[in-house]
Amino acid sequence: MRKVSRWFQRNLIRIYAVVAFTYLFIPVAYTFAFSFNDSRKSNLVWQGFTLENWQNPCGAPEICTALGNSIKIGFLATLFSTILGTMIAFAIGRYHFKGRSTTNLLIFLPMATPEIVLGASLLSLFLVFQINPGFWPTVIAHVLFCVSFVVVTVKARIASLDPRLEQAAMDLYANERETFRRVTLPLVAPGIAAAALLAFSLSFDDFIITNFNSGTMTTFPKFVYTSAARGIPAQANVIGSAMFFLALAIVIIGQFVGRKRKVS
Amino acid sequence: MSDVASSARGDLILSHLTKSYGDFTAVNDLSLTIPKGSFFALLGPSGCGKTTTLRMIAGLEEPTQGTISLGVTEITHTKPYQRPINTVFQNYALFPHLTIFENIAFGLRRRGIKDVDEAVNKALNLVELPHLAQRKPTQLSGGQQQRIALARAIVNRPALLLLDEPLGALDLKLRRQMQIELKWIQKEVGITFVHVTHDQEEAMTMADTIAVMNEGQIEQMGSPADLYDNPETAFVANFLGQSNLIKGTVSGNDGDNKIVDLFGQKISLRKDRSHAVDSSIYAGIRPEKFRISRLETATSGNILTGGKVEDVSYIGVSTQYQVMMPWGQELMVFEQNDDGVAPFSVGESVNISWEPSFTFGLRGDEDAEAGTEVNPDEDLDEE
Repeated sequence: MRKVSRWFQRNLIRIYAVVAFTYLFIPVAYTFAFSFNDSRKSNLVWQGFTLENWQNPCGAPEICTALGNSIKIGFLATLFSTILGTMIAFAIGRYHFKGRSTTNLLIFLPMATPEIVLGASLLSLFLVFQINPGFWPTVIAHVLFCVSFVVVTVKARIASLDPRLEQAAMDLYANERETFRRVTLPLVAPGIAAAALLAFSLSFDDFIITNFNSGTMTTFPKFVYTSAARGIPAQANVIGSAMFFLALAIVIIGQFVGRKRKVS
Repeated sequence: MSDVASSARGDLILSHLTKSYGDFTAVNDLSLTIPKGSFFALLGPSGCGKTTTLRMIAGLEEPTQGTISLGVTEITHTKPYQRPINTVFQNYALFPHLTIFENIAFGLRRRGIKDVDEAVNKALNLVELPHLAQRKPTQLSGGQQQRIALARAIVNRPALLLLDEPLGALDLKLRRQMQIELKWIQKEVGITFVHVTHDQEEAMTMADTIAVMNEGQIEQMGSPADLYDNPETAFVANFLGQSNLIKGTVSGNDGDNKIVDLFGQKISLRKDRSHAVDSSIYAGIRPEKFRISRLETATSGNILTGGKVEDVSYIGVSTQYQVMMPWGQELMVFEQNDDGVAPFSVGESVNISWEPSFTFGLRGDEDAEAGTEVNPDEDLDEE
């Protein structure tokens, strides 16, 4: 009895980890497994193994159009929000100006506002200006909430940057522009890259705000939502799993490169 | 030296330099000429304005008032990258994303020099680290980073090299070694070095000329020997080494000497070593200049009688005594352990004597404790 309890004590952390990861990964595993389901109509019951869904991920009607839209929106939202957010982060992190603390506070607002409120009010704003919901309003909406996350991420990186490095560059005959290009930007770049990845994933899986502002245009989350009523096709599982493994690959490569850089 | 001659030679001339932050004045009306080719130290405690002065010379701070000139060129308001001045930063500030080679080549490349290999390798050889060219800064030890920071600055052959507490982050042994090395490198390259430090020993080891700074102003400037042997203020007397300052009054003259009355006992002081403005004076004597003797022993020079040994510390090369004088002041006496005299013991009655020419005189209205409260090893990061 005592032996058992001691074993338990010693392995508590491991047991906890296994339980936690099982909890986290069951849905992913389920999604992945059912991407191989030979499903025909409904993908709720296992009906046999097939590779057909993976060979033809666009098999379900509209699914690849929706995916294409999501990727396009995600790319544009990432581009704009990263540029804009990085500039705001530099302004707040580096300069003292009137309204700095107010800006700092306002940046957090989109993060704190419920998405349903943000989505609805954006829609009414677009309608006031007689802009019909669709692709560009969705991009604008996504830039809006991505920017906050970009600012927060990049600002943290800037704060950890030793100002003496820039002073040293200036001391070594680099003017303001060269200092930024040769020292500041390369050192802040990992933060900007992290912010861009975050922005893309936020944009890609956003449903609520998109649903308000996209009109008849379908995005991937919208596609999944609407098809839930009549049964989500297995191709959605394929795309979901593929996205998961892509993200995983990026993380692993990132870790690998980071470690290699430290060792060499 | 005349200003015209200084300008022609390419000296660094600071003229009435002031830097204020709101109500706080970090540097107060400072004027200074640093001769070309010298190893100059700005020495002072934390917050004395030495780093601010350095940063104004580098162009990283703009003076509130005053001018900075390098030779005939005024550079007060030029950008750091427009000045032929390079800095070795405290904690080195090496670019972490660049290799050691690219760190050193940085300044050369920014000035549009294409072929940097030879100059960079020469600089790496000068600091004896040619094998580290392809490493990143984080893979180097503190001492190595320090040398690379030096190489990165020297490779540009600046008119002036600024060193901001460059050895502060190194351990004692390495610091000693680097002090000697820095001095050697300065001789080798012939560039003017301006070295900011709070460590008086470091300043005295390396510099030809030291300016002691206190509260935004220069207290005294001179060679290490000048400052040590003939300090002009209580701050300098206490900040550079230790001093015994005894309150007294000037009671008369004797040729080139002044006669000073110290609590009823008369001593003499060379007139050119007295910085007192009136009859109120502090007589200053360094502890190692004192000779301690038993009452029956004949002594010459200046003598103070009636001392009593309060404390004895044997520290190898010397023995340090605390001697209580009749007027209630404890004097420090450092005796070399080389004269075969049996050590004195606590409670013994003794006389204290010294060569009159070692005495220095300070203004009697000074604070005798000035400069003693500062612990030079604390609070290294003065910003």
